[in-house]
Amino acid sequence: MKLDFARNETLVALVIAGFCVLAAFSDPGFLSLATLTDLLRGGIVLGIFAVAAFVVLVSGGIDVSFTAVAAFTMYVSAMVLNAVAPWMPWGAALAIGMAIGAGLGAINGILIAGFGLPTLIVTLGTLSIFRGFMLTFVGQKQITTLPPGMREFGRMMLLRGENADGSFYSLHAAFAVTVLVIVVTWFILHRTMLGRSIFAIGGSVESARRIGINVRGVQFFVYVYVGALAGLAGIIHASMARVANPFDLVGLELSVIAAVVLGGARLAGGYGTLTGTVLGVALIVLVRNSLIVLGIPSTWQSVAIGILILIGTGLPAWQAKRAAARAA
Amino acid sequence: MKNPSLMSRVFASPEGRLAVITLVVFVGMALLSPDRFLSVQNLTSMAFQFPEFAILALAMTITMLTGGIDLSVVGIANLTAVVAAMIMIRLTGSDAGTGVLILALGVSVIVGMLAGVFNGILVAWLGLPPILATLGSGLIFTGIAIALTGGSALMGFPPAAAWVGNSTTFGIPTPLILFVVLAVGISLLLTRTAFGVRLRMYGANPLAARFAALNIDAMLIKVYVLSGALAAIAGMVVMSRANSAKADYGSSYLLLAVLIAVLGGVNPYGGYGRVIGVVLAVLSMQFLSSGLNMIGVSNFARELIWGVLLIFVMILNTWRARPR
Repeated sequence: MKLDFARNETLVALVIAGFCVLAAFSDPGFLSLATLTDLLRGGIVLGIFAVAAFVVLVSGGIDVSFTAVAAFTMYVSAMVLNAVAPWMPWGAALAIGMAIGAGLGAINGILIAGFGLPTLIVTLGTLSIFRGFMLTFVGQKQITTLPPGMREFGRMMLLRGENADGSFYSLHAAFAVTVLVIVVTWFILHRTMLGRSIFAIGGSVESARRIGINVRGVQFFVYVYVGALAGLAGIIHASMARVANPFDLVGLELSVIAAVVLGGARLAGGYGTLTGTVLGVALIVLVRNSLIVLGIPSTWQSVAIGILILIGTGLPAWQAKRAAARAA
Repeated sequence: MKNPSLMSRVFASPEGRLAVITLVVFVGMALLSPDRFLSVQNLTSMAFQFPEFAILALAMTITMLTGGIDLSVVGIANLTAVVAAMIMIRLTGSDAGTGVLILALGVSVIVGMLAGVFNGILVAWLGLPPILATLGSGLIFTGIAIALTGGSALMGFPPAAAWVGNSTTFGIPTPLILFVVLAVGISLLLTRTAFGVRLRMYGANPLAARFAALNIDAMLIKVYVLSGALAAIAGMVVMSRANSAKADYGSSYLLLAVLIAVLGGVNPYGGYGRVIGVVLAVLSMQFLSSGLNMIGVSNFARELIWGVLLIFVMILNTWRARPR
């Protein structure tokens, strides 16, 4: 099979390869374990967010509140664990984060699946509500002393070593969590009835209803699942940064959705792959961290990401438009 | 309650319900702190505060009417403000700088319109989904503003620059006059011109509009150009009020503008929306935040209350719509 240039996955993979080749030419030091582990580290939280945003897009919705869910979860968990149960191990901290996130996601789920409100508007509203509630009633100060469980998790590494030139590299244990999230999500989407239902609803709500899918139940699950992933990402973010800053994370939501769409998921729903999502995240992380290697000053970073989004979504859109014009 | 038919008519439209909500908020805030909320000082300061994001909400409204959205408005506003600031700083002599101000205003609106042409081409000719086209272009506009300024704020304007956002004309705050003129203009454009009818027709049913042989590409480009021009004007108000220009001012205004448009009854999937609804939404937002500020509620609580208000109004709208 020849390369299919109409697919976003192919395009994004080629751009990533091209970027790496150029970067390697301009700085041979780019091709090192240290660069790789830096990039992987940068993709941990973004990767979990992207998987969450991907699942919602597949179901035909859009969620912009997940960053607020993550910020709320990490801040509240750090505060509560510190006050009530500092002895909790790191596994319990992650589980509590997922539970709080799932609870917040359930609020989205009730409003969307229960009341039938448009997803963009609901999540726009809950973004303000979660963030406003946290900053008004919980607190605005950074928590610099995290609970011991989160601190311990923050120090866990999968890999640690020293290069020949004396620089250090390390890969955080949370990377394994991101991989696990991707595998579990793949399993749900492609090996269960629930996953097929999510794709079916994204394709056409009415058709899904007529073949007997419980549309509301599946939608509710999607937003709870996304909330749980966002909560998990929040705990990981705080553990890795070694501080819970309530002003972190919110503002990333549109970039994450852009990364997912860059990877080929459609805003209209029902279409997209996890491979594309991972590639989209990889490209965004690469541009954020390594643009400077190509000799482009970091002040131009957002221009570069903007151009990438336009090209990445523009080429397939343009091809689809031409194909539609030929067919007509 | 003497006239139930009037009440039910008021409650039948989203704008009517919103008008009641706005009134309730106003009266409630006036009762909570009567001497301060109704003071001339507070009323004037509110009139200076809301026009900048209200104009952005107007831009959002016209793009939403076509079923699109313009996420680049804040990027355009800041880029045009930076360009205008550079012109004024470069050219200002020892005089009040009225001529330079007019030049800077003109150039900034043209830059805003060019940015709109760019968005329009992406959406109309290349067929990008508006949400992605304007997300990407917004990053580019912001990025250019960062590259032009190196990320720092530009200051040192001629005295005349204060006119746009920081002065009164005939005793009325100038930004308020600007907003009223723009709101009336957009309202007339949408309801009294063929362009407005076509725009809403396309938003209601794009396929039908295509089969009715509308020149959709030209129309969409005009919509985004208009949105860009409005964003540029909002950028001028922000620049004048802050007496400086920076690449990342008002980033919270983006979601606020979307929120106001939706609260105002504009259907984000296109086809329905009235300027009066947007005006009422802006006013209720401003009354709420000023009033809450007075009784000592923090800025973050405003965010919470905005979100609650948005979802409350949405539930009210669908709940009223269902039993028909």
